[in-house]
Amino acid sequence: MLLIHCPYCEEDRSELEFRWAGEAHVVRPENIAAISDEEFAEFFFLRNNEKGLTYERWRHIHGCGRFFNAARDTVSDRFLMTYKAGLPKQPLPVAEKFAAIAEEKSVETWEQTEGDAR
Amino acid sequence: MAELDSNIATRSLPLSGVHGGSAAVRLEPAQPAERINLRVGAEDVSALSAALGLDLPVKPKTSSSANGRTALWIGPDEWLVFADGGGSIGSSLTQAAASSNVVHSATDISHRNTAILVSGPGAAATLNAGCALDLSLDAFPIGACSRTLFGKVEIVLLRTAENTFRVEVWRSFSDYAFGLLSEGARDAAL
Ligand SMILES: [Zn+2]
Repeated sequence: MLLIHCPYCEEDRSELEFRWAGEAHVVRPENIAAISDEEFAEFFFLRNNEKGLTYERWRHIHGCGRFFNAARDTVSDRFLMTYKAGLPKQPLPVAEKFAAIAEEKSVETWEQTEGDAR
Repeated sequence: MAELDSNIATRSLPLSGVHGGSAAVRLEPAQPAERINLRVGAEDVSALSAALGLDLPVKPKTSSSANGRTALWIGPDEWLVFADGGGSIGSSLTQAAASSNVVHSATDISHRNTAILVSGPGAAATLNAGCALDLSLDAFPIGACSRTLFGKVEIVLLRTAENTFRVEVWRSFSDYAFGLLSEGARDAAL
């Protein structure tokens, strides 16, 4: 079971209490009526779906109920950092960044082991 | 015109008459209570505290009690407040909150929730049958509280004494919660 640090409860809690809530830092256009269909699609539907470091919103739905932001590695499923909603995108602490890169190299991905299978 | 008898319907607790446990734990429904879910911004917490006659806790996982009322920190702007009573329609807690004259939301949930008291030397082990919280006294001391999960249902857990917990649960989930607590109680006595 993963433990996730809730920045509002100020402690690590079981992943069972949390829900994923999509990509973080998607900014709503200031005048949404004025944007084109393509710009609306970009804002509303399209997400980056990054492999590796990604910034996401999570919600401590069965705890304090709050949304917050998390930096997570989608390859290792490791949470690198969480911080309160409303804050700008936070830089990763250096130690976490190195640990993430080291771990990413050691994680067996499908591309590494099965990618050439015919 | 005939007078309506006010006792025509008698309210009973969802777990009325139920009891259970094992050699290590006692399980029983708590007395009826008045309850509100309270939402208020940080700037008006002191006004609500004064109106309710107790200090709303602002530290995560803490509770406070005064004048027969208990307030549990649920989130940064959310509390569960309960008090003895709850037998009748209307709530002294919503009235007290309204007397604060500041913007807030106080929802009467007296009968949405019911509560189960879990007591005895195996109380923490019983709860840990379905709850992932660290219930050691260091991590969850007397007075600590949290909304969390117990098995598949959401509960609000409050430690009232070293070996006593109050489990607040939605009334329609109370059968499930009591059943899983009974299983946990059995295991805790092994
Ligand atoms: Zn939380």
